[in-house]
Amino acid sequence: MNDGVNGVALAVFIFFFVLVTAMGFLAARWRKAANENSLDEWGLGGRSFGTWVTWFLLGGDLYTAYTFVAVPAAIYAAGAAGFFAVPYTILVYPLIFTFLPRLWSVSHKHGYVTTSDFVRGRFGSKGLSLAVAVTGILATMPYIALQLVGIQAVLDVMGVGGGEDTNWFVKDLPLLIAFGVLAAYTYSSGLRAPALIAFVKDTLIYLVIAVAIIYIPIKLGGFDDIFARASEAYSETNPATGAPRGSLVPGEAGQWTYATLALGSALALFMYPHSITATLSSRSREVIRRNTTILPLYSLMLGLLALLGFMAIAAGVEVSNGQLAIPQLFENMFPAWFAGVAFAAIGIGALVPAAIMSIAAANLFTRNIYKDFIKPDATPAQETKVSKVVSLLVKVGALAFVLTMDKTVAINFQLLGGIWILQTFPALVGGLFTRWFHRWALLAGWAVGMVYGTVAAYGVASPTQKHFGGSSKEIPGIGEIGYIGLTAFVINALVTIALTFVLRAVKAPEGIDETRPQDYTADAGDPGVSTELPLDAAEAAEAADAADAAADGKR
Amino acid sequence: MSQAPDSSRGPVVTPGRVVIGVCLLAPFVAMLWVGSYARTDPTFIGIPFFYWYQMLWVLLSTVLTVIAYKLWQRDQRARAAAKGGAER
Repeated sequence: MNDGVNGVALAVFIFFFVLVTAMGFLAARWRKAANENSLDEWGLGGRSFGTWVTWFLLGGDLYTAYTFVAVPAAIYAAGAAGFFAVPYTILVYPLIFTFLPRLWSVSHKHGYVTTSDFVRGRFGSKGLSLAVAVTGILATMPYIALQLVGIQAVLDVMGVGGGEDTNWFVKDLPLLIAFGVLAAYTYSSGLRAPALIAFVKDTLIYLVIAVAIIYIPIKLGGFDDIFARASEAYSETNPATGAPRGSLVPGEAGQWTYATLALGSALALFMYPHSITATLSSRSREVIRRNTTILPLYSLMLGLLALLGFMAIAAGVEVSNGQLAIPQLFENMFPAWFAGVAFAAIGIGALVPAAIMSIAAANLFTRNIYKDFIKPDATPAQETKVSKVVSLLVKVGALAFVLTMDKTVAINFQLLGGIWILQTFPALVGGLFTRWFHRWALLAGWAVGMVYGTVAAYGVASPTQKHFGGSSKEIPGIGEIGYIGLTAFVINALVTIALTFVLRAVKAPEGIDETRPQDYTADAGDPGVSTELPLDAAEAAEAADAADAAADGKR
Repeated sequence: MSQAPDSSRGPVVTPGRVVIGVCLLAPFVAMLWVGSYARTDPTFIGIPFFYWYQMLWVLLSTVLTVIAYKLWQRDQRARAAAKGGAER
């Protein structure tokens, strides 16, 4: 896309990356715990984070290359349809508010670290627990792939490798660099690194957004002009499809798609292993609810960033790969040094969540596959080692998604992950509120949902690709176009309910439920609820309190 | 307060909890009813209605969640107090 390497931008970008990497390695020493080889330590940061750290962690998960690259790119490509990300994030908070405190309580009461742990304890079913674990790991991969695409886009625009007409090594160089940095720094420091780096990341992001959202519209002559030019661009016919490129407002036909994408994404988000990791690493039940009152600030950011897609059109950015639209806009509009800052924000903004995601997926594997099925007597040191190796493998899986799927519509990576992870909803959320569902019915529902979702997604073609070309398809029985993930989820739920009636009628054996109703409402301080690892509870709780008081300054 | 041991838990549905439910449900109704905001006018500083309306809902939903959170805290405190009283 670019004629040469943008030296100044690249230097600034590298400066921030080195800074962040150094912080990552130092983070291993931050709030040092007694036993750093324990999985709780590497994978959950010792479960001792208060409101602010949890906020940054959760924010770090939610606002990623998805926000900075994929959503604006979707807007750049087709207009209104890409804006579903805003209602999606709005709907996430009421859901978190309702579901996650119960999960926190029961997890801290019984020492659950993953959703699979909970499902096994609740339904006494190893098979169901395995299904949830496999789904979590699988669904995380395309989501990490999206982050890699984000970093790649930035490096590409800066002129580091990339371009379409070079040999494969130079073309994929940005991707390989992105992958290497991510792998090295997750491997070394676990969850503490992303938590600390999240502060730098968010500071950079806020700065860039503030500047972008004020400076660029002024330079482009105000929002009236921006939208007028965007509207004109959308009305032009796309030669590949023979239809207009997009629209400023979704038409009748697009409204179902819009609503189902928003709802499906919102339901999916907090099922991801990494969202659960962030939630469980908070210090008390109340921290989660309090967080839902401040997290929406991120949604506002997301909305403002989405508008950059229109600005890219108005600024005359012409890229064949939509993912490059926003980095290219920054390069065109900003002085080189600030473009470097903006690129660093995007790059780090993709790196942090990718690290958190791969750690969470690795935790799932170690606890619920390695320990349950392969080596039940593994020592904590072995567990940590396996987790670290798996976190690398998960990234390799993500790389495979990047290399095989169409990178020009990166938002599809996240939507594909959503199709899969949504299928664990009945077991997890159902289990949080009722034990009425039968474990075999849940497993059958899950299998049907997974198969339907995967087959349906496989069958979607796009102008650039024959399979996995999109995430929406006609909803059977309704005839409107809707998000495949949500359709699969509904089918999954119907199968689960129907089979539960059958299995209950024939008195199929139920598993043992090790949880009690009061476990779901227990809070820190109640008997038997550990805010910390039992090993070093008193010491770590003290350290966490001190750090929190320092961070909050008022509580 | 002490005749029935179960009364310390209080009724499951209370006016406060209904309000909490409404606060949490409202964003779903507003956002999923796409037809209610799929239009360009009126614009706000040049931004079509479709976009600024949804961003406005970010703020509205934040306010609603804060209300739900405060009511929930009050609900829990009242319950804890009732429970403590019953035990004594």
